[in-house]
Amino acid sequence: MKKYMIYLNSKRCIGCHGCEIHCKTNKGLPVGPILCEISQEPLKMVAGVPKTEFRFRSCYHCEDPDCVAVCPTGAMQKRHDGIVLVDQEKCIGCMACIGACTWGVPQLNPDTGKVVKCDYCMDRIDAGLKPACVTRCATHALKFVTLQEI
Amino acid sequence: MVKKSVWSMCGMCTVRCPIRVETEDNKVTWIEGNQHLLKGALCAKGSAGIALLNDTERPLRPLIRKGGRGAGRWEEVSWYAALDYVADNLKTIIKKHGPESIMLSCRGGPFIDLLNAFIHGLGSPNFTNHDSGCGRNVHHASLSVYGLGRKGFVYDIKKSKHLVLFGRNILASLRIAEVNQVLDMLDAGGKMTYVDVRQSLTGIKATRFFQVRPGTDYALALGIIHEVLKEKTYDKEFIEKYVSDFDKLEEFVESYTLEWAANECGIKAGRIKDFVQEIAVDRPKVVFHPGWMMSRYRDSFYASRALHILNVLMGNVEVEGGQIFAKGPGDCGVKEIRSLDAQVPKPTAKRADGVGWKYTHFDKGPGLFPLFYEAMQTGEPYPLKALICVRHDPFTCFPDPQAQKEALDKLDLLVSLDTHYSEFGWYSDVILPESTYLERDSLIATQKGPKPRFIMRRKAVEPQHDTKSLNEIIKLLADRLGIGQYFPFTTTEELWNWQLEPTGFTLRDFDDKGFVSLADKPVMFDRANLDGKFKTPSGKIEIISRVLTDAGLPSLKPYESPEKPDKGQFRLVFGRSPLHAHSHTINNPLLHELMPDNTLWINKRQAAKLGVTEGDWVDVISDGVTGTIKAHVTDFIHLEAVYMVHGFGRQVPLQTRAYHAGIADQKLMKGFLTKMDPAGGGLCLCECFVTVRRSSKNPKRMVEL
Repeated sequence: MKKYMIYLNSKRCIGCHGCEIHCKTNKGLPVGPILCEISQEPLKMVAGVPKTEFRFRSCYHCEDPDCVAVCPTGAMQKRHDGIVLVDQEKCIGCMACIGACTWGVPQLNPDTGKVVKCDYCMDRIDAGLKPACVTRCATHALKFVTLQEI
Repeated sequence: MVKKSVWSMCGMCTVRCPIRVETEDNKVTWIEGNQHLLKGALCAKGSAGIALLNDTERPLRPLIRKGGRGAGRWEEVSWYAALDYVADNLKTIIKKHGPESIMLSCRGGPFIDLLNAFIHGLGSPNFTNHDSGCGRNVHHASLSVYGLGRKGFVYDIKKSKHLVLFGRNILASLRIAEVNQVLDMLDAGGKMTYVDVRQSLTGIKATRFFQVRPGTDYALALGIIHEVLKEKTYDKEFIEKYVSDFDKLEEFVESYTLEWAANECGIKAGRIKDFVQEIAVDRPKVVFHPGWMMSRYRDSFYASRALHILNVLMGNVEVEGGQIFAKGPGDCGVKEIRSLDAQVPKPTAKRADGVGWKYTHFDKGPGLFPLFYEAMQTGEPYPLKALICVRHDPFTCFPDPQAQKEALDKLDLLVSLDTHYSEFGWYSDVILPESTYLERDSLIATQKGPKPRFIMRRKAVEPQHDTKSLNEIIKLLADRLGIGQYFPFTTTEELWNWQLEPTGFTLRDFDDKGFVSLADKPVMFDRANLDGKFKTPSGKIEIISRVLTDAGLPSLKPYESPEKPDKGQFRLVFGRSPLHAHSHTINNPLLHELMPDNTLWINKRQAAKLGVTEGDWVDVISDGVTGTIKAHVTDFIHLEAVYMVHGFGRQVPLQTRAYHAGIADQKLMKGFLTKMDPAGGGLCLCECFVTVRRSSKNPKRMVEL
């Protein structure tokens, strides 16, 4: 059922945090909500070189999302292709989803008083493009992957 | 709804990556890297350009100072009033002191033709830029070896087998095309050796890391040269053909053995030996990056020169995976674009910084800004009376702003022409607000390389406020000053057509890709016949530079060990983060959100002695200047050094986010404005020692009353 994934090739990631800004500018977000995040492990000596691994996190687009179950207005939805999204028209900003999500993925947009979250830039996907973070990744370290059943 | 897609050029940092901008009804909706060159890639700063455009904490209309300099009392005026004010003051100054009393500084780059034409048109030779605090040592070192400036070669990193970086934090500096070349090279199994006093975002990708004692880069380079010569793993044929005084090099490095270098740098000799054996195999596809910002130590010029010489030993000149001569239109059978400055008579006065007559070994194109301060103070060779800074903030770029202000107080007119409020702007008499890069057209420029191209920046949207493009401002000033004839255009389109006319290309040729490519395949010279390509006096690659000898300077300088900090002191080193372009982006809302402050990197053992743990506040003190920031405690910085990201510690009240956030390294460097490498012209910005102590501001014990 779940169809998409964003994969980070840590070998190519340079920790520039561009993806976080690519996401914010595409969604027109103000200071506050950050919908995807790069994090890094503390430096560790590997064969004489201090190294680190980078990790990328946005939304897990759960199979059975708590945020959808708890939403009183049906704004939080799971689409046929597995994307968990917020219908801005229906969101009343009650923030129930924020409390329900284990990872604190949904966030309040202080400008609109409504919740925002990663939806893999579905308007772009539907137009045959890739999510903003992937399209503009400075080193092409992020990949948008379509999962296939085997 | 009117949708547009515009090819343009980023302006968030001075890399100027090619971009494509989408707009709707004069609002920018999307920026991405040019698909043809960058496959969409863009960095955080590039994306945050939208936030710059929408930010109102930048000069939005012309301002004239009301109170004393730096008092922050401004009057908003019309463009007519502001331009008249500047022009009238300049006219008075010219009448009284001559045009040479006016100087203009900028950040360099591909569009300086306009500014050169302006200052030369007025009759002043005093054009300068920021580079004394950046790459001058590298540039002059390159000139002394090849007779070509540092942009005379392009590094073919992607196809190289081994990239060697001495403190060049190449991945955090984020020239997107270059960063991808490095990563592609590593993906293909290439090696990268990284030398620094601390581990950086670049070093974590390295295959070898040398953490050296601060200030010993030159020692390591000499040790490597010694070993390469001893093992005879250099390109004998190339050297015989193109290099002069090679025997002098052999003689000079004789005592700088690998063991000596290892001891001096604090690394193991065996590891350097392994490295030299590796490059012996990888040669000639080995690139020793000669450094970018090398205004660091008192011998950085010679360190850079040694790195240039190592490239020569590798024989990597004009080979794939090595250094390739930067080709221009002429190498592709195309005429150069027309230059504004070329139409202007050369000013006859000698430069006030002494470059070209007192200092004959420096490039007199931009000269050396800090030397102008001396001229301001002494009035020799003649008084300076006006300074125009174009998108350049000398108070952030150069050390000791207080000393700079004292010199500038001798001047009658300070003009800041900028998209941002800079610290210089805050101190100046007039701020002429320039439109952001998304709102302005720039000149057509040439980008040299194996595949040279013509590039351009087109405005994506109309100015959102009462700002103007640099082209317009210069033109309007020139008209008022009676030198309008050197700027034969009213619209930018006319200017572009005038520039392009000799090349045979038209503006329509930029429509497809945003640039005009002058070659389909890399243009390579015949490596067996490079005579005439090296522009030194002898026409050879000079180990002993005739220009340096004539100036009474050694070409191969004996090594001197750097000073050790006293107990409780540390050498202050600084660098950059991929999220900020020094001070330019510090107040950008989205970038500030991710990186609002800088921290002080300090070695874990030293921190323990001071009772400092991660996140504690520390006071950083130097000669009466103090700042307080949080400590970042790490194993991966040398015991003698502390490090911070440059650009913070802003004191412009109108930049409310950045105001007093973090510390400015350059403000700690009291007395360093005149500390210049006499051979390279670079400032010695890593020669400052600071005291660090745990601040009384204690995050673990704070009472709330």
